[in-house]
Amino acid sequence: MDLGLDVSEHGATTVLSVRGEVDVYTAPRLREKLVELVSQGKHTIVIDLEAVDFLDSTGLGVLVGGLKRARSHEGELSLVCTQHRILKVFEITGLTRVFAIHDSVDGAVAAAD
Amino acid sequence: MAATEVSAPAETAAIELEIPSRPEYIGLARLVVSSLASGRRSLADDRIDDLKLAVSEACTNAIEAHAGVAIDDRVVIRWSEEDDRLEVAVCDQGHGFDPAALPEHPPITDPDRLNFERGLGIPLIRTLVDEVEFATSSAGTSVRLVMFCGPAGDPSADIATDDAEL
Repeated sequence: MDLGLDVSEHGATTVLSVRGEVDVYTAPRLREKLVELVSQGKHTIVIDLEAVDFLDSTGLGVLVGGLKRARSHEGELSLVCTQHRILKVFEITGLTRVFAIHDSVDGAVAAAD
Repeated sequence: MAATEVSAPAETAAIELEIPSRPEYIGLARLVVSSLASGRRSLADDRIDDLKLAVSEACTNAIEAHAGVAIDDRVVIRWSEEDDRLEVAVCDQGHGFDPAALPEHPPITDPDRLNFERGLGIPLIRTLVDEVEFATSSAGTSVRLVMFCGPAGDPSADIATDDAEL
């Protein structure tokens, strides 16, 4: 099972594109990447979930932890997701009210600036 | 399916998958369950996704239950189906838990909510499947997940509706 993590810079915003399945096996790698970004001073982060095939509660937990970490540095972490099956997991858990969820990377970056 | 099985309705075919108690095998459990569920044409794709996620959450809990008491017994995923339902039981040999005594999270908009990264698996399971039963004791836990659906091969007979309002 593969988890792809690609980082790109869009002005002051860092976009982390995630690819593959995020579960209890792969989520630690996502967590490490978020910790690394924040420790590099990248506190405004957009996570692009468009290429994620599967996301479970462990993945949600890592995103919640990432948001907390970003905010503790006066930053913000927002998401890009239009896939119904992924959005549904945020809706069920109420996390749509915690995360800003955008329908494109451009929209998320514009909102973050 | 062999004709002999069709003529014996009292007997439901069950399939058991045993996985090592390690996170890297949960993907295999998801794959097997979604593949088996897709044989049931009356079950819509998003319901298969729901079942897959519920099974994954139950497997995660089972593996954590084993890790919590330092045993490496296999986790058993037992698949069975009847005319009106699919059923997946995820069984571990951990020391059990009280499904009614899960820690409560602060309200979703409370900034303290961000201090809680865990505890979403059981609420997700409860929402995703049509029926769930936790049989848990100090000898282990069996989580029975049920999805109602029409008989195999009859796509018009899906009696379950998705929670589109969520």
